Amino acid sequence: MTVSFRTASGGRIDRDRTIRFTFDGTAYRGHPGDTLASALLANGVRLMGRSFKYHRPRGVLAAGAEEPNALVSVDRGGGRWTPNLRATQVELHEGLVATSQNRWPSLSHDVGELNDVVPPGVFSAGFYYKTFMQPASAWANLYEPFIRRAAGLGQAPSQADPDHYTHRYAFCDVLVVGAGAAGLAAALAAAQAGARVILCDEQAECGGGLLGERDAVIDGVPASDWAASTLATLSGDKRVTLLPRTQCFGAYAQNFFGLVQRLTDHLPHPDPRMPRERLWKVRARQVVLATGAIERPLVFPENDRPGVMLAGAARAYVNRYGAKPGDRAVVFTACDSGYAAAHDLTAAGIVVSAIVDLRPGPDGPVAATARGAGLDVRSNAVVTGVEGRLGVRAAMVATIAGNGLVGPSERISCDLVLMAGGWTPAVHLHSQMRGKLRFDAEREMYVPAAPVEGSRSAGACNGTFGIAEALAEGFSAGADAARAAGREWSERDWSPVVSGEIVPDGGFHGAVPHDRDVQKVKAFVDFQNDVTEKDIRLAVREGFRSIEHVKRYTTNGMATDQGKTSNMNGLAIAAGSLGKPIPEVGLTTFRAPYTPVTFGAFAGHSRGDLFDPIRRTPTHDWARAQGAVFEDVGMWKRAWYIPRGGETMHAAVLRECRTVRETGGLFDASTLGKIEVVGPDAAEFLNRLYTNPWTKLETGRCRYGLMLNEAGFVMDDGVVGRLAPDRFHVTTTTGGAPRVLAHMEDYLQTEFPELRVWLTSTTEQWAVIAVQGPNARAVLQPLVADIDMAREAMPHMSVREGTICGVPARLFRVSFTGELGFEVNVPAEYGQAVWEAIWAESQKHGFCAYGTEAMHVLRAEKGYIIVGQETDGTVTPSDLGLDWAIGKAKPDFVGKRSLARPDMLKPDRKQLVGLLTVDPAVVLEEGAQITAEASPVKGTAALGHVTSAYESAALGRSIAMALVAGGRSRLGETLYVPMPNAAIAVTVVEPVFLDREGSRLDA
Amino acid sequence: MLLIRCPYCQTDRPELEFRYGGEAHVSRAQDPSSVPDAAWAEFLYMRTNPKGFHVERWRHTHGCGRFFNAVRHTVTDRFLATYRAGEPKPDLEALAREAAR
Ligand SMILES: [Zn+2]
Repeated sequence: MTVSFRTASGGRIDRDRTIRFTFDGTAYRGHPGDTLASALLANGVRLMGRSFKYHRPRGVLAAGAEEPNALVSVDRGGGRWTPNLRATQVELHEGLVATSQNRWPSLSHDVGELNDVVPPGVFSAGFYYKTFMQPASAWANLYEPFIRRAAGLGQAPSQADPDHYTHRYAFCDVLVVGAGAAGLAAALAAAQAGARVILCDEQAECGGGLLGERDAVIDGVPASDWAASTLATLSGDKRVTLLPRTQCFGAYAQNFFGLVQRLTDHLPHPDPRMPRERLWKVRARQVVLATGAIERPLVFPENDRPGVMLAGAARAYVNRYGAKPGDRAVVFTACDSGYAAAHDLTAAGIVVSAIVDLRPGPDGPVAATARGAGLDVRSNAVVTGVEGRLGVRAAMVATIAGNGLVGPSERISCDLVLMAGGWTPAVHLHSQMRGKLRFDAEREMYVPAAPVEGSRSAGACNGTFGIAEALAEGFSAGADAARAAGREWSERDWSPVVSGEIVPDGGFHGAVPHDRDVQKVKAFVDFQNDVTEKDIRLAVREGFRSIEHVKRYTTNGMATDQGKTSNMNGLAIAAGSLGKPIPEVGLTTFRAPYTPVTFGAFAGHSRGDLFDPIRRTPTHDWARAQGAVFEDVGMWKRAWYIPRGGETMHAAVLRECRTVRETGGLFDASTLGKIEVVGPDAAEFLNRLYTNPWTKLETGRCRYGLMLNEAGFVMDDGVVGRLAPDRFHVTTTTGGAPRVLAHMEDYLQTEFPELRVWLTSTTEQWAVIAVQGPNARAVLQPLVADIDMAREAMPHMSVREGTICGVPARLFRVSFTGELGFEVNVPAEYGQAVWEAIWAESQKHGFCAYGTEAMHVLRAEKGYIIVGQETDGTVTPSDLGLDWAIGKAKPDFVGKRSLARPDMLKPDRKQLVGLLTVDPAVVLEEGAQITAEASPVKGTAALGHVTSAYESAALGRSIAMALVAGGRSRLGETLYVPMPNAAIAVTVVEPVFLDREGSRLDA
Repeated sequence: MLLIRCPYCQTDRPELEFRYGGEAHVSRAQDPSSVPDAAWAEFLYMRTNPKGFHVERWRHTHGCGRFFNAVRHTVTDRFLATYRAGEPKPDLEALAREAAR
C-alpha cells in the first residue's frame, strides 16, 4: 500500500530519504519535499477531512493555499497545537503528528454525517438566520453551543503558545510577490537593473507552476531547471532577499505589505530559541504582483467526493511530488489545461478513461492530439454524478444533446475525477490596493484594469497564462519597476523560447447541466462552507440581489479560504438566476489576509510582560513588601488596599478609612498627572483653559481647577498651585494627564499661538506623598526644615517650596479626604526614602498606609467627584454643582460659550445628588439604574444611574452618589434602584455626607 | 501603516508617531459669546466628512509635538500635501489636478 501510489520516478521529492509521520494515529512514510497532502495521497489515503456543515467525507481538492477541504491539526508537542492548517501547505518532516478535524468518533465513521441526510432545506441558504431566531436567550445556552459543536473547524489550542514570534521592518526598491515564471523573471530583471529586491513565495520551494511542469522547456532547459538556475543567480546577488515559506497576506496604503514567514514549522527539532514565524512589514518603492491563478472546480452533483480534484492539482501531485492521486481517472474539463493533466497522468501510469469536454466541438489542437494518442475524448459532454461516498468509484458521463437536454448517463469506473473549469487570476493583492478590475468578457475573467500607482501585475494574475508570455511580461514588469524605483537600465525585453507546454485556454463558470433531480443532489460551489448551487439559486429566489448579500446569506466565500475556489462560480450562478451578465452583479470585496495568519505573528513580542508598559510608583516596592494588593489604573499599578494579618479587602478598607479620620494615613499619589505651565502669559493661558479665574491667584496659593472641552463638558480637574507669577504646578487626574497636555498643546499651538507659555509634563519627575488626617501636621513638621506649617502661616490650599529630610520639596496643603492634609512632592528618585522617613515618623501617631479604595470612600464621604466616575463626557459643571468654580467675569474660556446653549440650561438635566438607602446596610451597585417607581413599566426610561457607592466607616452606613434627572429638585424624595431580586428604595440627599462646614479641613 | 511627512521635521515618518486631530480650518471665533446658538452648534459638531480629499489636522505627537494640517484622500489614504498650522488652506482642485498628472 505504502509505495503503490508513488510514481516510478521523477518529482522533486528526495526518494533516498524516508520520513515517518502519523495521520489520525496511523503511521505512514513519505519523503523530504512532500507536503502532508502529497504524502497521504502517495500512501493511498484519500479521505482527509469532513465538511463544515454536512460532515461529508472530503479528500484533497487542490495542491496549494486555496485548499478548502483537507484541513488538519498539527501537534508539535509541548502545547504547540495548530488547527485548521491546509494539508497542502504542511511540509512533511520527521515525526509530524497530524489529525483530521470536525469528525466524531473517527474520520470514516462520523456521527455528524447525519446532517447530510436530513430533509432537503433544513440546512439550506440562510438557515442560520431562519432557524436560530427566537428566543434571544436561547443563543447563549442552546444555539451557539449547538452550532459550535455541529459545524466546526479544529479545536483551539488549550495551552498558552510556548513559541515566540518576531517582527521585522524592511525596505526595498522592488517587492516581487510570487516566485513562479512571472515573479522569477521580474526579480531577475529588477536585480539586473541594480534594484534592491525582495522576492517572496508562499511555498517551501520557489518556482510556482514551473515545478509542476513535465515537458516544458525554457530556452533549451527544462522549466524546473530554469527555475533552479534563476534562483541560484538571484541568491548570489547581495541586493536580493529571497523569502520562501513567506505569504504576502496583505497590501496596505503607500506600498506597505504584510508578509508572514514560517521559520520552524517544517523542522523536526527546531532550536527553541528560533522564532516560529516572522512578520515582515515591507515598504516597497515598487511592487510586482505575480501571484498566479487559481483553478476553478466544475459544479456538478457529488463533485465533492474524495477523489474529485482540480486537474492542475493532480498534475502537481504527479509531476512535482511523484504521488498518484488515483489509478484510473476521468478528466472533466472546460479548459485546455485538462488535457495537460490527462497527458501527464498518462505518462505517470494512471489510466485516463475519458476526457469529458464540456465545450462543443470541433476539437481544438489539444483535443486532436489527445485523440491521436488514443484517449477517449468526448465533446459537449458532462459528468452528471459521482459514485462512492468515502472515495470515487465511478463517474456518470453524458452528452448534451442539440436541444440542450442531458443524458442518458454512462457509468465509467474510476477512482479519480479531475475538474478543469479554467483559471481565476489571483487579483487579491491588486484589489486590496484598491485596484480596479475589468471583466474580460471573451475569456470570462476579472483581470486588473490598470495598475495601481507603484505596482504592476504580471503573469497569470494578470490573465497572462502561457509560460513564455508570463516570463516576458514578468521580465518587463521587473525592469519597469526597477526604473520606476530610480534604477537605470536599458534592457527591458526578453523573449524566451518555450516549448512543450499546453497553455490554458477556455473555461466555464457556474453550474453544469445534468439530468438529475435537483432537489436530491448536492453540487458544491463552496466546499469549505458547504454551499451548493441550490443554496445560491434559493437566495436569489428569496429576493437577494446584491452579490454581497447573497454571499452573507448563503455564506458562500466566507470560510477560511475566503472563496478562492468558489467566488466566481457562485457569482456566475447568481448572475444566471438574476438573468444578468456577470459584471452587472458585481464582485465581493477582497480583504486581507489572503490566508489565515496566526495571532502570534501579529502579536510578535508584545505578550506577557511586554504586552503593555507597566508604570510603577516610587513606593511600589515598599507597598508590595507591606502586602499591598494592586489595581491597574491606566498603565499604573496602584496600591488598592494594604491588608494586615489576613484581613479581607472589606475589613482592610474600613480600617484604613477609620484610621485616616481618627489620626491619619499615608497615600501614594504619585500617579497624579503633573504639568509645569511656565511663561509670562501662563496665568492668561490657564484663564482660557480652565473655568476658574487665575489672574488674582497669589503666589503660594492653590486653586481647584476644572477643565472643560469646547462642548462644555467636564474633561478633567485637579489642584493648581502658583509657585511664581509666571510658574504654575498643574495637577491632573491619573488617567487624564496625556489627554490634558495634548488639549493644552492643541489650544496653545493652534488657537492661542500668541501666548508665551511653555508646557512640560512632570508626572514622573515628582513622587507625591499624601499625608492626611488630624495629625498630618504633627507627622510632617519635624521633617520639614524651612517651611512654617502653622495653621495660619500655611492655610488650606497653599503651596510652599522648601526641603523635607534634606530633599527639595514642593509642599501642598490640600485634601482629597476632607481632613487636614498635605501632599509632599519630592524628586521621584527620593520618593521611597522620603516616604519611609515620613512613615517612620507617622508610626508615632498610629498612621496607616491607605490605598485607592479607601481614598475613593473618603472623598465620596465629602462629595468630591472623580472625573470619569461621576462624569461621562456629558456632564457640565452645573450638573455637578460646581458653578462656584466658574469664573463668570472672564470673557472667554474653553467651553464657556457651550454652557450657554439651551440644552445645557434645561432643568431636567441629570444632576449630581447623594443617595441614602432606606436600609443602611445595603450598598448600591455602581452603574445601577434609578427609577421613580419600584416596578416601572417595561420601556420606562431611567432617571439616572448610581456613579459611586460604598460602605462608610465614618457614617456607619452605606452612601452613594448618583446622576439623576432634575436631581437637585428631588431632595428628600424616595426613588428606586431596580435589581434582579427587588427594587431598592433610596432617599435623595445633598452629595456631601460628612463635615459640611469643612472644619476638619481647616484644622 | 501610513507614512506622513511632518512639515516641521521635513521627513516622512510612520503613522505611529502621529495623532489624528479632526478636520482642519474649523476656526474658533474670536469672541464666542457673540456667536448665535445654531452657528455655535455647527462649529462644535458639524464636519464635512467627504469621500475624497479631506483637509485635516495631525499632530507629530511622538516627534516634534507640533500640530499641522494635511490633505488626505479618505478612500485611498493618499496624502497630497502637509503644511504648517496657520498656513492657508491649499487649492484642493489644483492639488488634485497636479496629482493626477
Ligand atoms: Zn515633526
